Amino acid sequence: MENLDMSTPATAGIARVNINGKVIKAREGQTILQAAQDYNIYIPSLCYLEGIHQFGGCRMCMVEVEGMRTLVAACMVKVCDGMVVHTNTGKVRQARKINCELLLSDHPQDCLACERSGQCELQTLASTLGITRQRFQGELSPGSRDMSASITRDTAKCIQCRRCVSVCNQVQEIGVLNPQGRGFQTVIGPAGGLSISQVDCTNCGQCVVACPVNALSESSSIQKVWDAINDPQMRVVVQVAPAVRVGIGEEFDMAPGKAVTGKLATALKEMLFDDIFDTNVCADLTIMEEGSEFLERAQAAIRKGRPVLPMITSCSPGWIKFLEHRYPDSTGNLSTCKSPHMMLGALVKSYYANKMGFDPNKLFVVSIMPCTAKKFEIERPEMGHDGLRDVDAVLTTRELARMIREAGIDFKNLQPSDFDHPLGISTGAADIFGVSGGVMEAALRTVYELVTGREMPLSELRAVPDQERARTRVAELTMEGCLPQYDFLEGFTIKVAVTSGFAGAKALMEEVSQGKGGYHFIEVMGCPGGCVSGGGQPRTAVRNAWSSRAQGLYDVDQSKKLRKSHENPAVRALYAEFLLEPLSHTSHQLLHTRYTPRGVYNERLPQQDDPIQPR
Amino acid sequence: MNTEALQVNIALDAAAQEKEKREAILKVIDTYRDKPGCLIAVLHLAQEIYGYLPLEVQQIIADGMGESLSHVSGVVSFYSYFSTRPRARLEIKICMGTACYVRGGKRIVERLEEELGISVGETTPDGKFSIIITRCLGACGLAPVVMIGEDVHQQVNPDKIEKILAKY
Repeated sequence: MENLDMSTPATAGIARVNINGKVIKAREGQTILQAAQDYNIYIPSLCYLEGIHQFGGCRMCMVEVEGMRTLVAACMVKVCDGMVVHTNTGKVRQARKINCELLLSDHPQDCLACERSGQCELQTLASTLGITRQRFQGELSPGSRDMSASITRDTAKCIQCRRCVSVCNQVQEIGVLNPQGRGFQTVIGPAGGLSISQVDCTNCGQCVVACPVNALSESSSIQKVWDAINDPQMRVVVQVAPAVRVGIGEEFDMAPGKAVTGKLATALKEMLFDDIFDTNVCADLTIMEEGSEFLERAQAAIRKGRPVLPMITSCSPGWIKFLEHRYPDSTGNLSTCKSPHMMLGALVKSYYANKMGFDPNKLFVVSIMPCTAKKFEIERPEMGHDGLRDVDAVLTTRELARMIREAGIDFKNLQPSDFDHPLGISTGAADIFGVSGGVMEAALRTVYELVTGREMPLSELRAVPDQERARTRVAELTMEGCLPQYDFLEGFTIKVAVTSGFAGAKALMEEVSQGKGGYHFIEVMGCPGGCVSGGGQPRTAVRNAWSSRAQGLYDVDQSKKLRKSHENPAVRALYAEFLLEPLSHTSHQLLHTRYTPRGVYNERLPQQDDPIQPR
Repeated sequence: MNTEALQVNIALDAAAQEKEKREAILKVIDTYRDKPGCLIAVLHLAQEIYGYLPLEVQQIIADGMGESLSHVSGVVSFYSYFSTRPRARLEIKICMGTACYVRGGKRIVERLEEELGISVGETTPDGKFSIIITRCLGACGLAPVVMIGEDVHQQVNPDKIEKILAKY
């Protein structure tokens, strides 16, 4: 920070702003809050959400601007050249404190029994502002609890900051959460008092990440998992998704993107899980199945002209539910592959149980996922076989961190260890499943090599950002020098598109459902950026934490000797000992699934007479 | 015509009316579809046509206007003018302006709720009465004031309520 001379003329696009006696250079169009953040000047806020902020309702960021009649909200007022701002006067502190006390006056006083305690933005703010007693006591707004398999709403705790509303409407373009009613009776929720489980919520959980308090949380499976671990009859098998290993460190004061795979394996052992497996094995397996499925579809399309393309990835259960609601006639485009952790669950209760002589009824499979939608996914009726659920419980990255703390494990100082065999080895291709574009890249690495017998040159696939669609990239890959059995692909150019978040997905699907675009293979991840920024990942105040996490996964990929799924020895053994070949009868029984057209109002679900029924 | 046939006819009539109303709403949506900021206007006209705005009608409007159902429902529940339940033939409006309030408006509400077995904003099962709170009706000198339909009842007290209701 430097003291600039304010007497010289202004530079275009730059506003010189005096904050607390120091002059900073802000970009014109920035708000006071944004400019201050760039210079690490702390202004408290609750409702502010980078990139999409519109509301300015919490009034925590009040500052004094010379020449303005009243205090202003720093998140709403734009900077201008010569502006003089005070963020720390007695008047400012008092106003923030009163505003916070008023928020607290309509908030349950049960912090000790709240799972956000210690990680609650309201609690932190109250402490920062020096609030030590409850001055205002009055009526509390009526609250209610509502839950789906993935998400729990506790409206009594809601402070109406509307971060979830912005995320659900502007970022994800779903629009399930909106303010209902008015004044003191306002509730943030679905239409007409419906439950979150009755509407077209995708369970993506981005609202849960955005919530500063415990009004929105994942529907907890912690107790269920402790109970299974404590049950001497049960053998509890745990698996970890790729994005978890670059996220969970943040829960223990480590930098975003730091891969802590080895510590994670050790922690799970100390928690007394019986088998520590890696979902990555089945990410590699997914590539084998999905790659083969793509080749089968491509062959059918080229030879017979059947409209089974584009094939769209099916790893993201939020995306699956989105498509079932919004594009129920396009479920045929989804790959029939189950998501990797479902595949692993199914294999644990068949292949692994047989191999080890375990009773599959006494196996309890837990998936640690960066995702809230996976909690819904495991409850889908088709996700099981022979009366057994493929996966018995899903824990988010955040839930696992809570359990590690509860177990008294000093995570940061753990010695690393390896995953268990036989489902513990994976390739770099599997790690990048956690990043938008990763599944596509992993699949093409394998497809190209299967078809041509040569390694795909990395320069071959240049994904170009798509200017018109949010977070979307497109690429082309021409097949040349194909092996004899794939000669039908000779000279064929595979057009691929990759997107993440539902805004981009919606734009892509509009084209696909009208038969436009000409894509053959599309990867969609429900959360913006992919699983690294999933709804089950740690809430972070670090700007762009997700790109550090993504980089973390690419680093893991590059550090591995094996970087192509078909080279995975665990996968090879699986095919040799059990599945025989991709898309075999056993594969179809265990690893593939079907989908349910739902419609926006669930009107396509056959079993319900009245799809929308207010509670 | 025998009773059974009559009932069938009534049912057919109701279905035809329902269809007509829905078509009228779709026409309204067509008029306003591409004009931004017209959701409230559409809701007003739809309520005029349908009488009230149940979730099914809100769905039609949400689809037509390209809005999410929760946004439409948010607007409907924000404005007291919109109703999601069938309106009664007679609306009982209890004035809660300052003068009527201090002269016992609240006790009148309580007694009315007791007499009719419904809460404010609800409609009796026979569709005859609903209870609504209003702001000042401009008859402060006659406080507390209750309007039933178009009739103004002045200086009401809880004990008069039974007698007043008996007139309707």
